[in-house]
Amino acid sequence: MLNVGKIEEGFVLDHIKAGKSMDIYEHLQLGKLDCTVAIIKNARSNKMGKKDILKVECDINQLDLDVLAFIDHNITVNVIKDGEIVDKKELVLPKMIKNVIRCKNPRCITSIEQELPHIFLLADEEKELYRCKYCEEKGGTFT
Amino acid sequence: MKHLMSPLDFSVEELDKLFALAGNIEKNPAKYAHACDGRILATCFYEPSTRTRLSFESAMLRLGGEVLGFSEAASSSAAKGESVSDTIRIISCYADICAMRHPKEGAPMVAAEKSGVPVINAGDGGHQHPTQTLTDLLTIQTLKGHLDNLTIGLCGDLKFGRTVHSLINALVRYPNIRFVFISPEELKVPDYITDSLKEKGIPYEEVIRLENVMPSLDLLYMTRVQKERFFNEEDYVRLKDFYILDAAKMELARPDMLVLHPLPRVNEISVEVDSDPRAAYFKQAQYGVYVRMALILTLLEINVD
Repeated sequence: MLNVGKIEEGFVLDHIKAGKSMDIYEHLQLGKLDCTVAIIKNARSNKMGKKDILKVECDINQLDLDVLAFIDHNITVNVIKDGEIVDKKELVLPKMIKNVIRCKNPRCITSIEQELPHIFLLADEEKELYRCKYCEEKGGTFT
Repeated sequence: MKHLMSPLDFSVEELDKLFALAGNIEKNPAKYAHACDGRILATCFYEPSTRTRLSFESAMLRLGGEVLGFSEAASSSAAKGESVSDTIRIISCYADICAMRHPKEGAPMVAAEKSGVPVINAGDGGHQHPTQTLTDLLTIQTLKGHLDNLTIGLCGDLKFGRTVHSLINALVRYPNIRFVFISPEELKVPDYITDSLKEKGIPYEEVIRLENVMPSLDLLYMTRVQKERFFNEEDYVRLKDFYILDAAKMELARPDMLVLHPLPRVNEISVEVDSDPRAAYFKQAQYGVYVRMALILTLLEINVD
């Protein structure tokens, strides 16, 4: 079995659905960070069978928890200091997300208005349903 | 500063006030004839809509105000590629209030975010047309005397009909409302609306033939059934007469039932129904002016004592 060592300072995103770690890497723009990032795919998990894990050696404040919660609020966020878990961040569905997904409605003003942000508002928490702020179309496609 | 983007932007209490003001305007138009002296309404219509635009212009002129604007995108700076955000910043320098119609959904909201003056959504694509809903509600309130305890039949194209969806959303806020949806299978009211009615415990039924339900209705809201919405000619020919309101069908209705229609009508209401005292669709157009007058005064925060 492959072993990836502990990190000293940073955070670990655990319980990522198997195969989704690269998507999260992209959406959190981890490629732009100048720090060590470990992407672990298909790790064994008692709870999930298989899971992905991301280990990132940087300040937790550089992580957009809203984006992460929108993608999958079941991911566990462990904050690491001196090699130990010092905090677990609870992910809550954000009320609003900006420029994470694009409205796919061709009749929406976002399709023609220059530099208009793509804003989605949480319409139904139970159904995890987001609607475009402008045209109220459901869902959207990732930017 | 308040804008109007959706009929739900106003609470039931705020609507009560708006309708009371519209009622006062109807009874005493002279009192309001100079309420907007020196004020300017901009009608920014990126797509043609003669009735809505003229209704807004009539409302402002009857309040003593003045009007400027454009009636199609080709005659505006949009043709040169100007954004809605930039246009409204300029319009804010020229006018005190703006009514905007745009083919793109959400455009008036973009305008409202950047505007220095109140913006009224005068229709944005298939999304919202709040002043039509306010017109419908004022018509019902005035002619029926109440917006609660009503059985409301909605007939025709219930799938694509923006005015129908908007009216349903506005009416569910009043107690003891029951809906009867009358449409061909292809043009049924969307599931998300019936799901929401079920969640709220609001009774409704869906039927195909209008005459079967006529006796139970307090109000019949007619819409156009467009031939192109049908999958085939055969279905259209088979069903179209179900959705044409004529004198024979009116005989089945209660003596105090009202017939409303957002207009324009094509052939879904026979001309012989026009002389029936229950036909309220032309009065509805008149209430459209009163409600827009009340709306302009409310958004401009003008009180007439």
